[in-house]
Amino acid sequence: MSPETGTTGIVETRVLLRHASDLDLHKIDTYRSYGGYATQEKAYREHEIDWMVDQLEESGLRGRGGAGFPMGKKVSFLPHGDEAKYLCCNADESEPGAFKDRELMQRNPHQLIEGIAISSLAGDIGHAFIFIRGEYDKQADILDEAVAEAYAAGYLGKNILGSGHDLELIVHRGAGAYICGEETALLDALEGKRGNPRLKPPFPAVQGLYGGPTLINNVETLSNVPHVIANGADWFKSLGTEQSPGTKVVSISGCVKRPGNYEVELGLNLLDIIMDLGGGPLEGHQIKAVYPGGSSSPVLAADDLDRPYSFESMAEAGSMLGSGSIIVADDSVSIPHMALRTARFYHHESCGKCTPCREGTNWTVKMLERVVVGEATPMDLDIISSVQKNIIGHCLCVLGDSMAMPVSAMVNKFREEFEEVIASAAISGFPTDDGREAQIDGEEPGPGGTGPKVIERQRLAGREVPAAAQGGHDAQAAQELSEH
Amino acid sequence: MDKYTPLADFVGLGIPEDIANTTGRIPLGEPEEIPELSDVNCPEELRVRIETVMDRYPDKDVKDSLHKSASIPALWAVQRHYGWCTPDGIRQAAAVMRVTPGYLESVASFYDLLRLKPAGTSQVLVCTNISCWMRGGDELLDAFCDASGVDRGEAGHGGGLSPEGDIMVSGFECLGACDLAPMASVNERYFGPLEEADAKTVIDQLREGGEVLPEKSLAARPLPGGEEAPENAKTSGLKGPNQ
Repeated sequence: MSPETGTTGIVETRVLLRHASDLDLHKIDTYRSYGGYATQEKAYREHEIDWMVDQLEESGLRGRGGAGFPMGKKVSFLPHGDEAKYLCCNADESEPGAFKDRELMQRNPHQLIEGIAISSLAGDIGHAFIFIRGEYDKQADILDEAVAEAYAAGYLGKNILGSGHDLELIVHRGAGAYICGEETALLDALEGKRGNPRLKPPFPAVQGLYGGPTLINNVETLSNVPHVIANGADWFKSLGTEQSPGTKVVSISGCVKRPGNYEVELGLNLLDIIMDLGGGPLEGHQIKAVYPGGSSSPVLAADDLDRPYSFESMAEAGSMLGSGSIIVADDSVSIPHMALRTARFYHHESCGKCTPCREGTNWTVKMLERVVVGEATPMDLDIISSVQKNIIGHCLCVLGDSMAMPVSAMVNKFREEFEEVIASAAISGFPTDDGREAQIDGEEPGPGGTGPKVIERQRLAGREVPAAAQGGHDAQAAQELSEH
Repeated sequence: MDKYTPLADFVGLGIPEDIANTTGRIPLGEPEEIPELSDVNCPEELRVRIETVMDRYPDKDVKDSLHKSASIPALWAVQRHYGWCTPDGIRQAAAVMRVTPGYLESVASFYDLLRLKPAGTSQVLVCTNISCWMRGGDELLDAFCDASGVDRGEAGHGGGLSPEGDIMVSGFECLGACDLAPMASVNERYFGPLEEADAKTVIDQLREGGEVLPEKSLAARPLPGGEEAPENAKTSGLKGPNQ
């Protein structure tokens, strides 16, 4: 426990990760010895579909993949006709900072399979897929084995447990594309195409895989289903907060002493989670900024962390809970470089379908590269911000937004640091990638990264020029120029 | 080709040499055809594997479906068979799936893990994304390049091959193991946290055919919060799984 927090230390509440340290839990016999598949047996025997959907809706279980959409609502959106319906478990966990699904699938694959089986019964679904990212080869092998065991034991396949309900479950390996975690891109990838997002509506619940109604949920969401059905919505609501019930597996990483997955009730203090569970910042360092919900969440500054960790509280703070991935940056991390690293990721992963995202991520990377090599001016920071504004909400999916939100948060909250980096990189002689001296409009650079023309432009635009930029030998010239 | 004026006739007349400007585009030929299985010499094992996987997907029964769900698994099968998605392998998969090779190539080029050039016998992917970068991912990639002889510039842009042609090293986006930062995926298994000195060990172990860093494997890693679930009134009387 850390002296700064002043709490008595917080503990995990393990529901999904209970018994997860038993290294045999991925075997069906071990899973059953802990009561596994009992809920599926009961559900398939009693066949109370409406009750199950009610429980899922009433529990307020929110999607754990990032958007936080209520899971029960998604199930209730499925039409009741005879058409073929599909379930896709989104295990394409590719968000930088997120690694909870890896843990859940590796340690307890049967919990996920049971959740899928129960959800399929509730939604009258005959075909289910687990779309797992290709990098998780080990976890996919574990799932393959677990699925084979479940088929052999009669929990999957034809006429499951004598209920008359059929369910085929396929483990589908992706091949390395972040965009496939977006639900409609996932459907395209599953149909064997390049993973480009689709226009919504129609939403997948109406028209999804192969044109049929499709339920798409995250691994952690589906892993919660057996617990909700076994213990009831009221028990689930007794955990967490009113708007964010239940537990959450949080992935803590970055500059902390004990990175890893911890399962906590939603609504605990974010700073306590980082200090007590994550072990706090590394020796001799202090927290500078935190992504509270994966790399796509707007960063919170160090003095903004003392608040509950829940969907609603993170939204209030102007950020989001997302996938529950906390990345901690300490004072050794340069925020402009972190912004560049973030932007490069989204630039690489943009599928290129929508112009604002394809071009916006590209130009943001170029501008941030200019910042860190000292070729930028403070005006560029405003241009970066305006580019982000023009990305948000203008694409088919939120990949572009996922870059725009954290980058604009970093530029806004740490603007001084960006200006310092611009100024100091420029004073120290324009260290560029290839060692050339930067020129602007053919004019030799002045100290502070700016020649007279640039300073003049800044003044005309009514912007402050950083002190470092004004002190050099060109300051006189700039002054003269501005007087004309 | 007779209907097109040969380029040579224009040269020397001061007419621009751009064929598209002078004679119109030369058609690329007929649309690509689906290769016949008998023409592509597909290995039996590969054909069976692709057919098995095609048979598993429900789109074979869906009306108006494109019947292409097996594309990615088929390309994986090609890659597992040849080490990368070779042009011949793609033609063979296309013949089995009854799609054009161009279609499969378009799919393969979209995904980072499907490789369209030789990738050696071992692949090392080093994560350089946010969490790993903070903990030294770039330096780890440098160390892997030094140890294997891979060009650092190539490794940072889609992967490079060692001079011996046996090991591919590539910087990679987040591999989903930030708790192991800095980490690397060696032949599709995760290892971390790695130190720079580990890079040489890994490369040596790969070349000698030994087991790679058993003590730093993800599989050996316990839950960070301890073995036992803490006592908690809200979870003690649970029904269902994990009671």
